[in-house]
Amino acid sequence: MAQSSDHRSPGTSQNTSLSTRLSATLYRRPLLALALLLGPPLLWLGLVYLGSLLALLVQGFFYIDDYTGQVVRKLSLRSYAQLLQPANLDIFLRTSAMALAVTLAAAMLAFPLAYYMARYAPGRVRGLLYLGVILPLWSSYIVRVYSWKLILAKEGIISWVVSHVGAGGLLERILALPLIGGPSLSFSALGMFLVFLYIWLPYMVLPIQAALERVPRSLLEASADLGARPSRTFRSVVLPLAFPGVVAGSIFTFSLTLGDFIIPGTIGNSSLFIGQAVLRQQGTAGNVPLAAAMTVVPMLIMAVYLWGARRLGAFDAL
Amino acid sequence: MRSSAPEKAPAALVGAAVGALLFLHLPLLVVIGYAFTTDSATLSFPPPGLTLHWFAVAWGRNDLWQAFGLSLRIAAVSTLMALILGTLAALAVVRGRFFGRETITLLVILPIALPGIVTGIALRSALSMFGLGFSFWTIVIGHATFCIVTVYNNVAARLRRTGRSQIEASMDLGANVFQTFRYVVMPAIATALLAGGMLAFSLSFDEVIVTTFTAGQQSTLPIWILDQLTRPRDRPVTNVTALLVIAVTTIPILLAHRLTRDGESDR
Repeated sequence: MAQSSDHRSPGTSQNTSLSTRLSATLYRRPLLALALLLGPPLLWLGLVYLGSLLALLVQGFFYIDDYTGQVVRKLSLRSYAQLLQPANLDIFLRTSAMALAVTLAAAMLAFPLAYYMARYAPGRVRGLLYLGVILPLWSSYIVRVYSWKLILAKEGIISWVVSHVGAGGLLERILALPLIGGPSLSFSALGMFLVFLYIWLPYMVLPIQAALERVPRSLLEASADLGARPSRTFRSVVLPLAFPGVVAGSIFTFSLTLGDFIIPGTIGNSSLFIGQAVLRQQGTAGNVPLAAAMTVVPMLIMAVYLWGARRLGAFDAL
Repeated sequence: MRSSAPEKAPAALVGAAVGALLFLHLPLLVVIGYAFTTDSATLSFPPPGLTLHWFAVAWGRNDLWQAFGLSLRIAAVSTLMALILGTLAALAVVRGRFFGRETITLLVILPIALPGIVTGIALRSALSMFGLGFSFWTIVIGHATFCIVTVYNNVAARLRRTGRSQIEASMDLGANVFQTFRYVVMPAIATALLAGGMLAFSLSFDEVIVTTFTAGQQSTLPIWILDQLTRPRDRPVTNVTALLVIAVTTIPILLAHRLTRDGESDR
């Protein structure tokens, strides 16, 4: 596109007449225009992204030769079969349990905030609250994880507060519990849970808030007119209508927890999560086929999750 | 569900909402505070004293400057690519009518909805399949892919709001497609482009999961921090670096929010 000649009226120079003719061609052939617009992004996402996903799926059907340690490029189910080893099943179970716990807690923590934003907050406050939710969603993932390393440290803020209110014994007893405990908060499943909750919470707030915003005022008034107390209206009208929002948010919190390897690697104890196992297989172990097969697991779990959400009727209400 | 007359919220609800909001924001204040501590060996709280010393130390660190420069360059190039690809996709999907429009939207969102590790290892296995080595561009490819969505969403939302009439008027008055794009469409979507671009920049600047798989031995600023998380060597310098990352990613998001706040969603 010529810059300076654009100011002249069309058809006064050779330059514009070329672009006019080109423009006319594009106008007469909307399909060509569409292809020109759609071509580059489609090529990029289709070739680079979907192509890579395909390469990943194919690699999962390769396997490592036990003697040479080389990748054998023949189709086989050997790498997928390895997924069924008890140690690996353990990893999948542990990760799914964490994802479920994080999702439930996020829904409980997010709901009041979303409800306040959608129903009570006056315009200006609402804008600020919205900003307060999207800011942590878009920014500084790694720094936000790091902040919890500082907070959960043995000599950090939580220990300081706990000892000042005289609850040190309680914290020690919680950390002594099997499964969720550990030597200190920053090396325990409980600490990891808190960090996951903190990092993915905004993804839960926004869809719930969006769902609540769409609840018509008249429905609430009708419910009150028909004699329902506010608590009954909340249970029978607001909650069912907000549920699709909760499900939409849970898809994010669940899926993102399943695939994360930074948080279990920095906050947790030594027990592996799916993301770490994938990283280890493709990195130090050099078993890219097994890593690829393992990546399919969170995708499969998500597929089952979405199917279950659909069975619950969550999508019908959307 | 908005009421015309302001209604009083139950105290318990306000308390829970404020609690969730504090939970979302206090931790970053902690990072800011730790950047000034005089304690260099442990993470003790409260800090024994306050100092600006570590800013000077961080300023003199060559590895930090290199990582910072690499992250800036990657974010700039990825943002540029996302701007081009995202705008094209938005123009096609909003203006055109064709089979599979919904699929395009899904395709654009997928890289950010799937866990980063899927995108990361997928790109990694494609690279290894074709025998390509790691470089600046392998990182950019990954970042541009998941940044497209921010530009796409902002531009598509703006195009839906502006409608077709101005464009038709421009064409009726004799402007060709390119002139219409330059003088009618561009001014209409300019702030949406800026907002989408800034979100893309923030997203790229502190991305660490996909980068782990496409960087090889190169160290971006987030990778540098991740390295310090797993093997802490320079705690005080890490605190200062964390503060830097907060500033570089937060400011563009605040600006983007200002540009789009007239009732338009950012996602």
